[in-house]
Amino acid sequence: MDSFFWTYVWPALIMVGQSLLLLVCLLVLIAFILLADRKVWANVQLRRGPNVVGPFGLFQSFADLLKFVLKEPIIPSGADKTVFLLAPLVSVTLALATWAVIPVNDGWAVANINVGVLYIFAISSLEVYGVIMAGWASNSKYPFLGALRSAAQMVSYEVSIGIVIVTVLLCVGSLNLTDIVYAQKTGLGTMLGMPNSFLDWHWFSLFPMFVIFFISGLAETNRPPFDLPEAESELVAGYMVEYSSAPYMMLMLSEYAAIMLICSLTTILFLGGWLPPVDFWLINWVPGIVWFLLKVIFVFFGFAMAKAMVPRYRYDQLMRLGWKVFLPLSLGMLVIVAFVLKLTGWAG
Amino acid sequence: MGLHALFFYLFAFVAVASAFMVISAKNPVHSVLFLIVVFFNAAGLFLLTGAEFIAMILLVVYIGAVAVLFLFVVMMLDVDFAELKAGVLQYAPIGMLVGLIVAAELILVVGSSVLSPEAASSITMPIPDPAVRSNTAALGDVLYTHYVYYFQIAGLVLLVAMIGAIVLTLRHRQNIKRQDISRQVARTPETAIEVVKVKPGQGL
Repeated sequence: MDSFFWTYVWPALIMVGQSLLLLVCLLVLIAFILLADRKVWANVQLRRGPNVVGPFGLFQSFADLLKFVLKEPIIPSGADKTVFLLAPLVSVTLALATWAVIPVNDGWAVANINVGVLYIFAISSLEVYGVIMAGWASNSKYPFLGALRSAAQMVSYEVSIGIVIVTVLLCVGSLNLTDIVYAQKTGLGTMLGMPNSFLDWHWFSLFPMFVIFFISGLAETNRPPFDLPEAESELVAGYMVEYSSAPYMMLMLSEYAAIMLICSLTTILFLGGWLPPVDFWLINWVPGIVWFLLKVIFVFFGFAMAKAMVPRYRYDQLMRLGWKVFLPLSLGMLVIVAFVLKLTGWAG
Repeated sequence: MGLHALFFYLFAFVAVASAFMVISAKNPVHSVLFLIVVFFNAAGLFLLTGAEFIAMILLVVYIGAVAVLFLFVVMMLDVDFAELKAGVLQYAPIGMLVGLIVAAELILVVGSSVLSPEAASSITMPIPDPAVRSNTAALGDVLYTHYVYYFQIAGLVLLVAMIGAIVLTLRHRQNIKRQDISRQVARTPETAIEVVKVKPGQGL
Protein backbone atom coordinates (compact mmCIF):
# COMPACT_ATOMS: atom_id res chain seq x y z
CA MET A 1 0.00 0.00 0.00
CA ASP A 2 2.87 2.28 0.89
CA SER A 3 4.62 1.71 -2.44
CA PHE A 4 1.34 2.27 -4.25
CA PHE A 5 1.09 5.67 -2.57
CA TRP A 6 4.63 6.69 -3.51
CA THR A 7 4.52 5.38 -7.08
CA TYR A 8 1.07 6.53 -8.15
CA VAL A 9 -0.71 8.83 -5.73
CA TRP A 10 2.16 11.13 -4.76
CA PRO A 11 3.30 11.97 -8.35
CA ALA A 12 -0.34 12.48 -9.29
CA LEU A 13 -0.80 14.88 -6.36
CA ILE A 14 2.34 16.80 -7.32
CA MET A 15 1.13 17.06 -10.89
CA VAL A 16 -2.31 18.27 -9.82
CA GLY A 17 -0.65 20.88 -7.59
CA GLN A 18 1.58 22.09 -10.43
CA SER A 19 -1.34 22.24 -12.83
CA LEU A 20 -3.45 24.20 -10.36
CA LEU A 21 -0.65 26.67 -9.75
CA LEU A 22 -0.13 27.11 -13.50
CA LEU A 23 -3.85 27.55 -14.11
CA VAL A 24 -4.29 30.14 -11.37
CA CYS A 25 -1.30 32.15 -12.61
CA LEU A 26 -2.54 31.83 -16.19
CA LEU A 27 -6.07 32.96 -15.38
CA VAL A 28 -4.86 35.97 -13.39
CA LEU A 29 -2.50 36.83 -16.23
CA ILE A 30 -5.35 36.54 -18.73
CA ALA A 31 -7.47 38.89 -16.62
CA PHE A 32 -4.78 41.57 -16.86
CA ILE A 33 -3.95 40.80 -20.50
CA LEU A 34 -7.61 41.39 -21.33
CA LEU A 35 -7.43 44.76 -19.63
CA ALA A 36 -4.14 45.55 -21.38
CA ASP A 37 -5.75 44.70 -24.71
CA ARG A 38 -8.56 47.17 -24.06
CA LYS A 39 -6.18 49.83 -22.74
CA VAL A 40 -3.89 49.60 -25.77
CA TRP A 41 -6.86 49.73 -28.08
CA ALA A 42 -8.25 52.76 -26.22
CA ASN A 43 -4.94 54.61 -26.25
CA VAL A 44 -4.49 54.15 -29.99
CA GLN A 45 -7.95 55.65 -30.46
CA LEU A 46 -7.23 58.49 -27.97
CA ARG A 47 -9.73 57.17 -25.44
CA ARG A 48 -9.14 56.37 -21.78
CA GLY A 49 -10.37 52.79 -21.74
CA PRO A 50 -11.69 51.12 -18.57
CA ASN A 51 -10.62 53.33 -15.65
CA VAL A 52 -13.37 53.09 -13.03
CA VAL A 53 -12.90 49.82 -11.11
CA GLY A 54 -9.79 49.99 -8.94
CA PRO A 55 -6.71 52.16 -9.60
CA PHE A 56 -6.37 52.78 -13.38
CA GLY A 57 -9.23 50.31 -13.88
CA LEU A 58 -6.95 47.42 -12.88
CA PHE A 59 -9.81 45.32 -11.48
CA GLN A 60 -12.08 45.75 -14.50
CA SER A 61 -11.71 42.11 -15.57
CA PHE A 62 -12.68 40.86 -12.13
CA ALA A 63 -15.76 43.08 -12.13
CA ASP A 64 -16.63 41.64 -15.55
CA LEU A 65 -16.15 38.14 -14.17
CA LEU A 66 -18.63 38.82 -11.37
CA LYS A 67 -21.11 40.25 -13.83
CA PHE A 68 -20.85 37.20 -16.12
CA VAL A 69 -21.20 34.74 -13.28
CA LEU A 70 -24.18 36.46 -11.63
CA LYS A 71 -26.25 37.00 -14.76
CA GLU A 72 -28.75 34.52 -16.10
CA PRO A 73 -27.56 32.14 -18.83
CA ILE A 74 -30.10 32.11 -21.64
CA ILE A 75 -30.42 29.08 -23.89
CA PRO A 76 -32.40 29.64 -27.10
CA SER A 77 -35.42 27.36 -27.33
CA GLY A 78 -34.42 26.04 -30.77
CA ALA A 79 -30.85 25.27 -29.66
CA ASP A 80 -29.37 21.82 -29.25
CA LYS A 81 -28.97 22.15 -25.48
CA THR A 82 -26.24 19.58 -24.89
CA VAL A 83 -23.98 20.71 -27.70
CA PHE A 84 -24.75 24.36 -26.92
CA LEU A 85 -23.42 24.00 -23.38
CA LEU A 86 -20.69 21.55 -24.36
CA ALA A 87 -19.11 23.97 -26.86
CA PRO A 88 -17.74 26.51 -24.32
CA LEU A 89 -16.61 23.67 -22.06
CA VAL A 90 -14.75 21.98 -24.92
CA SER A 91 -13.07 25.17 -26.06
CA VAL A 92 -11.98 26.24 -22.59
CA THR A 93 -10.68 22.75 -21.71
CA LEU A 94 -8.69 22.46 -24.92
CA ALA A 95 -7.30 25.98 -24.67
CA LEU A 96 -6.08 25.36 -21.11
CA ALA A 97 -4.90 21.77 -21.77
CA THR A 98 -2.19 22.94 -24.15
CA TRP A 99 -0.48 24.79 -21.32
CA ALA A 100 0.60 21.48 -19.77
CA VAL A 101 3.67 21.28 -22.00
CA ILE A 102 4.75 24.96 -22.14
CA PRO A 103 8.13 25.37 -20.40
CA VAL A 104 7.99 28.79 -18.72
CA ASN A 105 11.50 28.39 -17.32
CA ASP A 106 14.30 25.85 -17.42
CA GLY A 107 12.53 22.65 -16.37
CA TRP A 108 9.33 24.41 -15.37
CA ALA A 109 6.82 22.47 -17.43
CA VAL A 110 4.04 20.35 -15.98
CA ALA A 111 4.81 17.68 -18.60
CA ASN A 112 8.10 17.74 -20.47
CA ILE A 113 7.16 15.35 -23.29
CA ASN A 114 9.13 14.35 -26.38
CA VAL A 115 6.50 15.44 -28.87
CA GLY A 116 5.64 18.74 -27.15
CA VAL A 117 5.32 20.78 -30.34
CA LEU A 118 3.10 18.17 -31.95
CA TYR A 119 0.95 18.04 -28.83
CA ILE A 120 0.38 21.79 -28.95
CA PHE A 121 -0.29 21.66 -32.68
CA ALA A 122 -2.74 18.76 -32.24
CA ILE A 123 -4.71 20.30 -29.39
CA SER A 124 -4.84 23.74 -30.97
CA SER A 125 -6.13 22.18 -34.19
CA LEU A 126 -9.02 20.83 -32.09
CA GLU A 127 -9.98 24.30 -30.89
CA VAL A 128 -11.97 24.82 -34.06
CA TYR A 129 -14.56 22.38 -32.68
CA GLY A 130 -15.58 24.74 -29.90
CA VAL A 131 -16.40 27.35 -32.52
CA ILE A 132 -18.17 24.99 -34.92
CA MET A 133 -20.21 23.37 -32.14
CA ALA A 134 -21.19 26.75 -30.72
CA GLY A 135 -22.23 28.02 -34.13
CA TRP A 136 -24.19 24.95 -35.10
CA ALA A 137 -25.92 24.36 -31.77
CA SER A 138 -27.21 27.94 -31.59
CA ASN A 139 -29.55 27.08 -34.46
CA SER A 140 -29.46 30.59 -35.84
CA LYS A 141 -28.06 32.17 -38.98
CA TYR A 142 -25.29 34.50 -37.81
CA PRO A 143 -23.62 31.97 -35.51
CA PHE A 144 -23.77 29.36 -38.25
CA LEU A 145 -22.10 31.68 -40.77
CA GLY A 146 -19.47 32.53 -38.17
CA ALA A 147 -18.83 28.85 -37.52
CA LEU A 148 -18.42 28.08 -41.22
CA ARG A 149 -16.02 30.96 -41.66
CA SER A 150 -13.92 29.98 -38.70
CA ALA A 151 -13.76 26.34 -39.78
CA ALA A 152 -12.32 27.31 -43.16
CA GLN A 153 -10.07 29.98 -41.69
CA MET A 154 -8.54 27.95 -38.90
CA VAL A 155 -7.91 24.93 -41.14
CA SER A 156 -6.27 27.15 -43.79
CA TYR A 157 -3.88 28.93 -41.48
CA GLU A 158 -2.96 25.78 -39.61
CA VAL A 159 -1.22 24.64 -42.79
CA SER A 160 1.23 27.53 -42.86
CA ILE A 161 1.69 27.42 -39.07
CA GLY A 162 2.56 23.73 -39.41
CA ILE A 163 5.14 24.41 -42.10
CA VAL A 164 6.72 27.22 -40.09
CA ILE A 165 6.97 24.89 -37.10
CA VAL A 166 8.57 22.22 -39.31
CA THR A 167 11.21 24.75 -40.41
CA VAL A 168 12.08 25.54 -36.80
CA LEU A 169 12.20 21.82 -36.02
CA LEU A 170 14.65 21.31 -38.89
CA CYS A 171 17.00 23.82 -37.27
CA VAL A 172 16.60 22.23 -33.84
CA GLY A 173 16.36 18.52 -34.55
CA SER A 174 13.92 17.77 -31.71
CA LEU A 175 10.21 18.08 -31.02
CA ASN A 176 10.80 18.81 -27.36
CA LEU A 177 9.98 22.41 -26.43
CA THR A 178 12.80 22.62 -23.90
CA ASP A 179 15.29 21.44 -26.53
CA ILE A 180 13.98 24.09 -28.92
CA VAL A 181 14.80 26.80 -26.39
CA TYR A 182 18.23 25.31 -25.65
CA ALA A 183 19.02 25.22 -29.37
CA GLN A 184 18.71 29.02 -29.42
CA LYS A 185 21.57 29.50 -26.95
CA THR A 186 23.91 29.60 -29.92
CA GLY A 187 22.90 30.59 -33.41
CA LEU A 188 23.50 33.03 -36.21
CA GLY A 189 24.82 35.69 -33.80
CA THR A 190 27.56 33.48 -32.35
CA MET A 191 28.34 32.23 -35.84
CA LEU A 192 29.08 35.84 -36.85
CA GLY A 193 31.50 36.05 -33.93
CA MET A 194 29.33 37.91 -31.41
CA PRO A 195 28.77 36.78 -27.80
CA ASN A 196 25.54 35.02 -26.84
CA SER A 197 22.73 37.48 -27.38
CA PHE A 198 19.23 37.91 -28.74
CA LEU A 199 20.67 37.63 -32.26
CA ASP A 200 21.07 33.88 -31.69
CA TRP A 201 17.35 33.36 -31.46
CA HIS A 202 15.43 32.04 -34.42
CA TRP A 203 13.66 35.31 -35.21
CA PHE A 204 16.91 36.58 -36.70
CA SER A 205 17.93 33.53 -38.73
CA LEU A 206 14.36 32.67 -39.80
CA PHE A 207 12.97 36.19 -40.03
CA PRO A 208 10.44 35.58 -42.86
CA MET A 209 9.07 32.58 -41.00
CA PHE A 210 8.75 34.68 -37.84
CA VAL A 211 6.59 37.19 -39.72
CA ILE A 212 4.46 34.44 -41.29
CA PHE A 213 4.01 32.77 -37.92
CA PHE A 214 2.94 36.01 -36.26
CA ILE A 215 0.34 36.80 -38.92
CA SER A 216 -0.92 33.21 -39.10
CA GLY A 217 -1.16 33.29 -35.32
CA LEU A 218 -3.49 36.27 -35.59
CA ALA A 219 -5.66 34.35 -38.06
CA GLU A 220 -5.55 31.11 -36.08
CA THR A 221 -6.80 32.79 -32.91
CA ASN A 222 -9.46 34.81 -34.78
CA ARG A 223 -7.85 38.07 -33.77
CA PRO A 224 -8.37 41.26 -35.76
CA PRO A 225 -7.64 41.91 -38.62
CA PHE A 226 -8.77 38.30 -39.20
CA ASP A 227 -11.70 38.21 -36.77
CA LEU A 228 -14.21 37.28 -39.46
CA PRO A 229 -15.89 34.52 -37.41
CA GLU A 230 -17.21 37.22 -35.09
CA ALA A 231 -17.09 40.24 -37.37
CA GLU A 232 -19.42 42.58 -35.50
CA SER A 233 -20.11 44.74 -38.53
CA GLU A 234 -21.68 41.85 -40.48
CA LEU A 235 -22.35 38.94 -38.12
CA VAL A 236 -23.14 40.85 -34.88
CA ALA A 237 -20.82 38.62 -32.82
CA GLY A 238 -20.52 35.57 -35.05
CA TYR A 239 -20.62 32.24 -33.31
CA MET A 240 -21.09 33.90 -29.90
CA VAL A 241 -24.35 35.73 -30.70
CA GLU A 242 -26.63 33.43 -28.71
CA TYR A 243 -24.34 33.04 -25.70
CA SER A 244 -24.77 34.93 -22.48
CA SER A 245 -23.29 35.06 -18.96
CA ALA A 246 -21.03 32.18 -17.88
CA PRO A 247 -20.97 30.23 -21.20
CA TYR A 248 -20.07 33.45 -23.01
CA MET A 249 -17.34 34.12 -20.50
CA MET A 250 -15.90 30.66 -21.13
CA LEU A 251 -15.80 31.25 -24.89
CA MET A 252 -14.06 34.57 -24.24
CA LEU A 253 -11.63 32.92 -21.80
CA SER A 254 -10.74 30.18 -24.27
CA GLU A 255 -10.10 32.79 -26.93
CA TYR A 256 -7.67 34.68 -24.71
CA ALA A 257 -6.05 31.45 -23.47
CA ALA A 258 -5.45 30.51 -27.12
CA ILE A 259 -3.97 33.97 -27.78
CA MET A 260 -1.63 33.62 -24.81
CA LEU A 261 -0.67 30.19 -26.10
CA ILE A 262 0.25 31.51 -29.54
CA CYS A 263 2.22 34.33 -27.87
CA SER A 264 4.19 31.89 -25.74
CA LEU A 265 4.68 29.55 -28.68
CA THR A 266 6.13 32.47 -30.64
CA THR A 267 8.36 33.16 -27.64
CA ILE A 268 9.56 29.57 -27.47
CA LEU A 269 10.03 29.01 -31.19
CA PHE A 270 11.49 32.37 -32.20
CA LEU A 271 12.37 34.53 -29.19
CA GLY A 272 14.45 32.13 -27.13
CA GLY A 273 11.94 31.22 -24.41
CA TRP A 274 13.37 32.01 -20.99
CA LEU A 275 16.87 32.89 -22.25
CA PRO A 276 18.15 36.38 -21.29
CA PRO A 277 18.64 38.81 -24.21
CA VAL A 278 22.36 39.46 -23.57
CA ASP A 279 25.04 37.52 -21.73
CA PHE A 280 25.76 39.86 -18.79
CA TRP A 281 25.96 38.88 -15.11
CA LEU A 282 23.28 41.30 -13.90
CA ILE A 283 20.87 40.20 -16.61
CA ASN A 284 21.68 36.51 -16.20
CA TRP A 285 20.80 36.89 -12.52
CA VAL A 286 17.18 37.75 -13.39
CA PRO A 287 15.10 34.53 -13.25
CA GLY A 288 14.16 33.02 -16.60
CA ILE A 289 10.44 33.24 -16.03
CA VAL A 290 10.68 37.04 -15.98
CA TRP A 291 12.23 37.02 -19.45
CA PHE A 292 9.62 34.55 -20.63
CA LEU A 293 6.78 36.73 -19.36
CA LEU A 294 8.31 39.91 -20.78
CA LYS A 295 8.62 38.30 -24.20
CA VAL A 296 5.08 36.94 -24.10
CA ILE A 297 3.76 40.38 -23.16
CA PHE A 298 5.86 41.94 -25.92
CA VAL A 299 4.32 39.60 -28.52
CA PHE A 300 0.87 40.24 -27.10
CA PHE A 301 1.48 43.98 -27.44
CA GLY A 302 2.06 43.28 -31.13
CA PHE A 303 -1.28 41.45 -31.25
CA ALA A 304 -3.05 44.33 -29.50
CA MET A 305 -1.50 46.93 -31.79
CA ALA A 306 -2.50 44.90 -34.85
CA LYS A 307 -6.06 44.87 -33.52
CA ALA A 308 -6.05 48.62 -32.98
CA MET A 309 -4.41 49.65 -36.24
CA VAL A 310 -5.28 47.26 -39.05
CA PRO A 311 -8.71 47.23 -40.72
CA ARG A 312 -10.51 43.90 -41.06
CA TYR A 313 -9.79 41.71 -44.07
CA ARG A 314 -12.45 40.70 -46.52
CA TYR A 315 -13.06 36.96 -46.52
CA ASP A 316 -11.71 36.26 -50.02
CA GLN A 317 -8.61 38.33 -49.23
CA LEU A 318 -8.08 36.26 -46.10
CA MET A 319 -8.23 33.00 -48.07
CA ARG A 320 -5.97 34.43 -50.76
CA LEU A 321 -3.38 35.46 -48.18
CA GLY A 322 -3.44 32.04 -46.54
CA TRP A 323 -3.34 29.80 -49.59
CA LYS A 324 -1.71 31.88 -52.31
CA VAL A 325 0.84 33.88 -50.32
CA PHE A 326 1.76 32.19 -47.04
CA LEU A 327 1.60 28.58 -48.20
CA PRO A 328 3.99 28.95 -51.20
CA LEU A 329 6.23 31.32 -49.22
CA SER A 330 6.57 29.02 -46.24
CA LEU A 331 7.00 25.92 -48.43
CA GLY A 332 9.74 27.71 -50.37
CA MET A 333 11.48 28.77 -47.16
CA LEU A 334 11.23 25.23 -45.86
CA VAL A 335 13.03 23.88 -48.93
CA ILE A 336 15.68 26.62 -48.75
CA VAL A 337 16.32 26.07 -45.04
CA ALA A 338 16.55 22.30 -45.55
CA PHE A 339 19.06 22.76 -48.38
CA VAL A 340 21.16 25.25 -46.43
CA LEU A 341 21.24 22.97 -43.39
CA LYS A 342 22.18 19.97 -45.48
CA LEU A 343 24.82 21.62 -47.67
CA THR A 344 26.58 23.48 -44.86
CA GLY A 345 26.33 20.54 -42.48
CA TRP A 346 24.83 22.68 -39.71
CA ALA A 347 22.03 20.17 -39.24
CA GLY A 348 24.42 17.87 -37.35
CA MET B 1 0.98 -2.00 -14.82
CA GLY B 2 -2.42 -1.72 -13.13
CA LEU B 3 -2.74 1.93 -14.09
CA HIS B 4 -1.85 1.06 -17.66
CA ALA B 5 -4.63 -1.53 -17.83
CA LEU B 6 -7.08 0.86 -16.21
CA PHE B 7 -6.43 3.49 -18.85
CA PHE B 8 -6.55 0.89 -21.62
CA TYR B 9 -10.01 -0.27 -20.57
CA LEU B 10 -11.16 3.33 -20.08
CA PHE B 11 -10.09 4.40 -23.59
CA ALA B 12 -11.27 1.16 -25.18
CA PHE B 13 -14.67 1.28 -23.49
CA VAL B 14 -15.30 4.91 -24.42
CA ALA B 15 -14.12 4.26 -27.97
CA VAL B 16 -16.41 1.27 -28.48
CA ALA B 17 -19.37 2.96 -26.80
CA SER B 18 -19.02 6.09 -28.93
CA ALA B 19 -18.44 4.00 -32.06
CA PHE B 20 -21.82 2.44 -31.32
CA MET B 21 -23.30 5.90 -30.84
CA VAL B 22 -21.92 6.98 -34.24
CA ILE B 23 -24.22 4.54 -36.00
CA SER B 24 -27.17 4.83 -33.64
CA ALA B 25 -27.35 8.63 -33.11
CA LYS B 26 -30.41 10.19 -34.73
CA ASN B 27 -28.77 13.49 -35.58
CA PRO B 28 -25.94 13.24 -38.17
CA VAL B 29 -23.98 16.06 -36.50
CA HIS B 30 -24.05 14.13 -33.23
CA SER B 31 -22.77 11.12 -35.18
CA VAL B 32 -19.74 13.09 -36.36
CA LEU B 33 -19.12 14.43 -32.86
CA PHE B 34 -19.15 10.87 -31.52
CA LEU B 35 -16.78 9.88 -34.32
CA ILE B 36 -14.41 12.55 -33.04
CA VAL B 37 -14.61 11.03 -29.56
CA VAL B 38 -13.69 7.66 -31.12
CA PHE B 39 -10.63 9.20 -32.84
CA PHE B 40 -9.61 10.89 -29.62
CA ASN B 41 -9.73 7.63 -27.67
CA ALA B 42 -7.86 5.83 -30.43
CA ALA B 43 -5.12 8.44 -30.02
CA GLY B 44 -5.16 7.66 -26.30
CA LEU B 45 -4.70 3.95 -27.05
CA PHE B 46 -1.75 4.73 -29.32
CA LEU B 47 -0.20 6.78 -26.52
CA LEU B 48 -0.53 3.80 -24.16
CA THR B 49 1.44 1.59 -26.55
CA GLY B 50 4.18 4.23 -26.68
CA ALA B 51 3.43 5.37 -30.23
CA GLU B 52 3.35 9.04 -29.26
CA PHE B 53 4.08 10.36 -32.75
CA ILE B 54 1.26 8.41 -34.38
CA ALA B 55 -1.11 9.45 -31.60
CA MET B 56 -0.41 13.14 -32.21
CA ILE B 57 -0.58 12.79 -36.00
CA LEU B 58 -3.93 11.03 -35.59
CA LEU B 59 -5.15 14.08 -33.67
CA VAL B 60 -3.77 16.58 -36.19
CA VAL B 61 -4.83 14.82 -39.37
CA TYR B 62 -8.02 12.98 -38.50
CA ILE B 63 -9.57 15.22 -35.88
CA GLY B 64 -8.01 18.52 -36.86
CA ALA B 65 -8.63 18.26 -40.61
CA VAL B 66 -10.64 15.28 -41.86
CA ALA B 67 -13.35 15.34 -39.19
CA VAL B 68 -13.68 19.12 -39.56
CA LEU B 69 -14.48 18.60 -43.24
CA PHE B 70 -16.93 15.81 -42.33
CA LEU B 71 -18.66 18.08 -39.87
CA PHE B 72 -18.64 20.91 -42.38
CA VAL B 73 -20.35 18.79 -45.03
CA VAL B 74 -22.84 17.18 -42.66
CA MET B 75 -23.85 20.56 -41.25
CA MET B 76 -24.38 21.98 -44.74
CA LEU B 77 -26.25 19.01 -46.21
CA ASP B 78 -29.95 18.81 -45.70
CA VAL B 79 -30.22 15.05 -45.67
CA ASP B 80 -33.39 13.32 -44.59
CA PHE B 81 -31.89 10.67 -42.38
CA ALA B 82 -35.17 8.96 -41.61
CA GLU B 83 -35.32 8.08 -45.29
CA LEU B 84 -31.74 6.83 -45.28
CA LYS B 85 -32.33 4.78 -42.14
CA ALA B 86 -35.26 3.02 -43.82
CA GLY B 87 -32.87 1.13 -46.10
CA VAL B 88 -30.69 -0.16 -43.27
CA LEU B 89 -31.98 -3.74 -43.37
CA GLN B 90 -31.39 -3.89 -47.10
CA TYR B 91 -27.67 -3.20 -46.65
CA ALA B 92 -27.28 -5.26 -43.49
CA PRO B 93 -26.01 -8.45 -45.22
CA ILE B 94 -23.22 -6.59 -47.04
CA GLY B 95 -22.28 -4.78 -43.85
CA MET B 96 -22.19 -8.07 -41.96
CA LEU B 97 -19.97 -9.57 -44.66
CA VAL B 98 -17.48 -6.69 -44.50
CA GLY B 99 -17.48 -6.88 -40.71
CA LEU B 100 -16.85 -10.63 -40.79
CA ILE B 101 -13.93 -10.25 -43.21
CA VAL B 102 -12.30 -7.56 -41.08
CA ALA B 103 -12.83 -9.62 -37.92
CA ALA B 104 -11.32 -12.72 -39.57
CA GLU B 105 -8.28 -10.75 -40.72
CA LEU B 106 -7.77 -9.28 -37.25
CA ILE B 107 -8.03 -12.73 -35.67
CA LEU B 108 -5.50 -14.13 -38.15
CA VAL B 109 -3.00 -11.32 -37.53
CA VAL B 110 -3.30 -11.33 -33.75
CA GLY B 111 -3.57 -15.13 -33.63
CA SER B 112 -0.36 -15.64 -35.56
CA SER B 113 1.63 -13.41 -33.25
CA VAL B 114 0.16 -15.14 -30.20
CA LEU B 115 0.74 -18.68 -31.52
CA SER B 116 4.28 -18.08 -32.76
CA PRO B 117 5.90 -15.22 -30.81
CA GLU B 118 9.25 -16.00 -32.46
CA ALA B 119 7.87 -14.58 -35.74
CA ALA B 120 8.28 -11.09 -34.28
CA SER B 121 12.08 -11.47 -34.38
CA SER B 122 12.06 -12.00 -38.16
CA ILE B 123 10.61 -8.54 -38.90
CA THR B 124 12.90 -6.64 -41.26
CA MET B 125 12.43 -3.32 -39.46
CA PRO B 126 11.88 -4.08 -35.75
CA ILE B 127 10.73 -1.22 -33.50
CA PRO B 128 13.79 0.17 -31.71
CA ASP B 129 13.78 0.63 -27.97
CA PRO B 130 12.05 4.00 -27.25
CA ALA B 131 14.76 4.81 -24.71
CA VAL B 132 17.44 4.55 -27.42
CA ARG B 133 15.69 6.07 -30.41
CA SER B 134 12.49 8.09 -30.06
CA ASN B 135 9.71 6.78 -32.24
CA THR B 136 9.60 10.02 -34.25
CA ALA B 137 13.18 9.35 -35.33
CA ALA B 138 12.46 5.63 -35.86
CA LEU B 139 9.54 6.44 -38.16
CA GLY B 140 11.75 8.91 -40.00
CA ASP B 141 14.34 6.17 -40.53
CA VAL B 142 11.76 3.92 -42.12
CA LEU B 143 10.02 6.53 -44.26
CA TYR B 144 12.83 8.83 -45.34
CA THR B 145 15.87 6.57 -45.30
CA HIS B 146 14.99 2.94 -46.00
CA TYR B 147 11.91 3.35 -48.15
CA VAL B 148 12.44 6.85 -49.49
CA TYR B 149 11.60 5.93 -53.12
CA TYR B 150 8.29 4.31 -52.21
CA PHE B 151 7.53 7.32 -50.09
CA GLN B 152 8.28 9.67 -52.97
CA ILE B 153 6.13 7.61 -55.34
CA ALA B 154 3.23 7.73 -52.87
CA GLY B 155 3.69 11.49 -52.67
CA LEU B 156 3.64 11.78 -56.47
CA VAL B 157 0.44 9.72 -56.69
CA LEU B 158 -1.19 12.05 -54.18
CA LEU B 159 0.05 15.08 -56.10
CA VAL B 160 -1.43 13.73 -59.32
CA ALA B 161 -4.73 13.08 -57.54
CA MET B 162 -4.73 16.62 -56.17
CA ILE B 163 -3.99 18.21 -59.54
CA GLY B 164 -6.68 16.00 -61.09
CA ALA B 165 -9.25 17.15 -58.57
CA ILE B 166 -8.36 20.78 -59.20
CA VAL B 167 -8.49 20.38 -62.99
CA LEU B 168 -11.89 18.68 -62.77
CA THR B 169 -13.44 21.39 -60.62
CA LEU B 170 -11.65 24.51 -61.86
CA ARG B 171 -14.00 26.76 -63.75
CA HIS B 172 -12.53 30.04 -64.84
CA ARG B 173 -15.41 32.39 -65.48
CA GLN B 174 -14.93 35.30 -67.83
CA ASN B 175 -16.49 38.73 -67.45
CA ILE B 176 -16.56 38.92 -63.67
CA LYS B 177 -14.76 41.46 -61.51
CA ARG B 178 -11.63 40.15 -59.88
CA GLN B 179 -9.22 41.77 -57.49
CA ASP B 180 -5.64 41.80 -58.74
CA ILE B 181 -3.70 42.91 -55.70
CA SER B 182 -0.33 43.31 -57.41
CA ARG B 183 -1.92 45.60 -59.98
CA GLN B 184 -3.60 47.64 -57.26
CA VAL B 185 -0.34 48.02 -55.39
CA ALA B 186 1.54 48.98 -58.55
CA ARG B 187 -0.81 51.88 -59.29
CA THR B 188 0.69 55.36 -59.06
CA PRO B 189 -1.03 58.76 -59.32
CA GLU B 190 0.29 58.99 -62.88
CA THR B 191 -1.40 55.78 -64.02
CA ALA B 192 -4.51 56.11 -61.90
CA ILE B 193 -5.73 59.69 -62.31
CA GLU B 194 -5.86 62.20 -65.09
CA VAL B 195 -5.79 65.88 -64.23
CA VAL B 196 -8.07 67.86 -66.51
CA LYS B 197 -8.53 71.60 -66.60
CA VAL B 198 -12.26 72.21 -66.89
CA LYS B 199 -13.34 75.55 -68.26
CA PRO B 200 -16.31 77.06 -66.42
CA GLY B 201 -19.61 76.55 -68.19
CA GLN B 202 -18.22 74.00 -70.66
CA GLY B 203 -17.72 70.72 -68.86
CA LEU B 204 -15.76 67.94 -70.48
